[in-house]
Amino acid sequence: MIEFKMPSLGADMEAATLVEWFKAPGDRVERGDIIALVETQKGAIEIEVFNEGIIGEQRIQPGRKVPVGTVLATIVGPAEEEASIPAVKTTKPVEPRPQERLTRAEEAPAPATPPSLRITPAARRRAAALGISPESLAPGSDGIIGLAQVPTGPERAHRRGAGLDLDEMRKAIGAAMVRSHRDIPHYWVMHAIDATPLFEWLETQNAIRPMERRLLYIAPLMKAVALALKQVPELNGHYKDGVFRPSPAVHMGLATALRGGGLIAPAIRDADSRTVDELMDVIAELVPRARLGRLRSSEMTDGTVTLSNLGEGNADSVFPLIYPNQVAIVGCGTACPRPWVVGNAVAIRQVIQVTLAGDHRVSHGRHAAQFLTRLSELLAHPEGL
Amino acid sequence: MTDAELSDLVARSLYAVAPDVEGEPIDPNKSFRAQFEIDSMDFLNFVIGLHKATGVEILEQDYPDLQTL
Repeated sequence: MIEFKMPSLGADMEAATLVEWFKAPGDRVERGDIIALVETQKGAIEIEVFNEGIIGEQRIQPGRKVPVGTVLATIVGPAEEEASIPAVKTTKPVEPRPQERLTRAEEAPAPATPPSLRITPAARRRAAALGISPESLAPGSDGIIGLAQVPTGPERAHRRGAGLDLDEMRKAIGAAMVRSHRDIPHYWVMHAIDATPLFEWLETQNAIRPMERRLLYIAPLMKAVALALKQVPELNGHYKDGVFRPSPAVHMGLATALRGGGLIAPAIRDADSRTVDELMDVIAELVPRARLGRLRSSEMTDGTVTLSNLGEGNADSVFPLIYPNQVAIVGCGTACPRPWVVGNAVAIRQVIQVTLAGDHRVSHGRHAAQFLTRLSELLAHPEGL
Repeated sequence: MTDAELSDLVARSLYAVAPDVEGEPIDPNKSFRAQFEIDSMDFLNFVIGLHKATGVEILEQDYPDLQTL
């Protein structure tokens, strides 16, 4: 028997309120299934399960606020031997797959759905309104998920991101950043990068692409940052209890500003091995979902590094603080035209000021410089990303 | 389409990409970005929404002309 506990969804989380069970005792669950919704300071988070089995007893009822580590339910393993395996995350959770981007004009904000899933539009809308992942629904006898397969739960107030209490979120950010500032010996290294080739490549690409496939510069920029980080393992991973654990893959937290003042950095897994188009799809699906307060537990916990991109029309540079227990954060200022020396002349180029904040317990300025130099090289040849 | 219908279409497309501002009145003289903290991702989704609703192909170089109602 496995004890399914309230997970810690970040360095700053102590407790959360169970809002809803999506599975009932006796239901079969698989790795990556979303089984509950909890409300945290950072919004409503869908909790995934990392074991296979059958839901046993649900010990906590919706509405109760419980500390991290509290047993929420028991899961009975599929076989007696497996019952003794502790609830450790061993495999990749199910991730949103590339899908046609957007648009809410057509469908409610639902999590990404595999193309193979057959669900009627009305069922999809109701599931989204109830915060239920379509993947968690069992199809009817015809193999299609219809309205009959979606529970008719009470109307919940998540449509306007009611899971988001910006005052609470500010407290959570404050707690995490106090800890970062107190515990992590930061250093910052900044480098101005000529990103003109990136913008020229994007302009050419977007001119020939249909509207739905157009790229924003964040997608190739993220890919380049991920590839450059891969070359400097001291900047990608976690530092905990005096030990640095580098991560073989780059799971990139993307700092996302919420209207009204909140900030959250959901993780994009394997940013280094996805194509630019895949990253664009993931970002386009993730950012609106983050703003609605509809993230999944793995997205809150899996980040190995964070990217903070101020974006167009914003300030020149940013000197961010590392999100504990990560060991680096990359800050990109706005891209703007600047005088730039090319050969023996001054030219106008699109320049991005990129800052790397590192943890001196793990790395030092030389590592940051290696990363920034590599990033600069990668951005000079965007077609190779 | 009348002006009123067009305004309504724009508002619906905007609320679709930013459901958290749904129902907010739109000041026709202020940029969407300034009024609703619309960023480039929201904006891209907004123009895709307009395209799907109207069938009009919108070139990237025309995006700067779509900042206000």
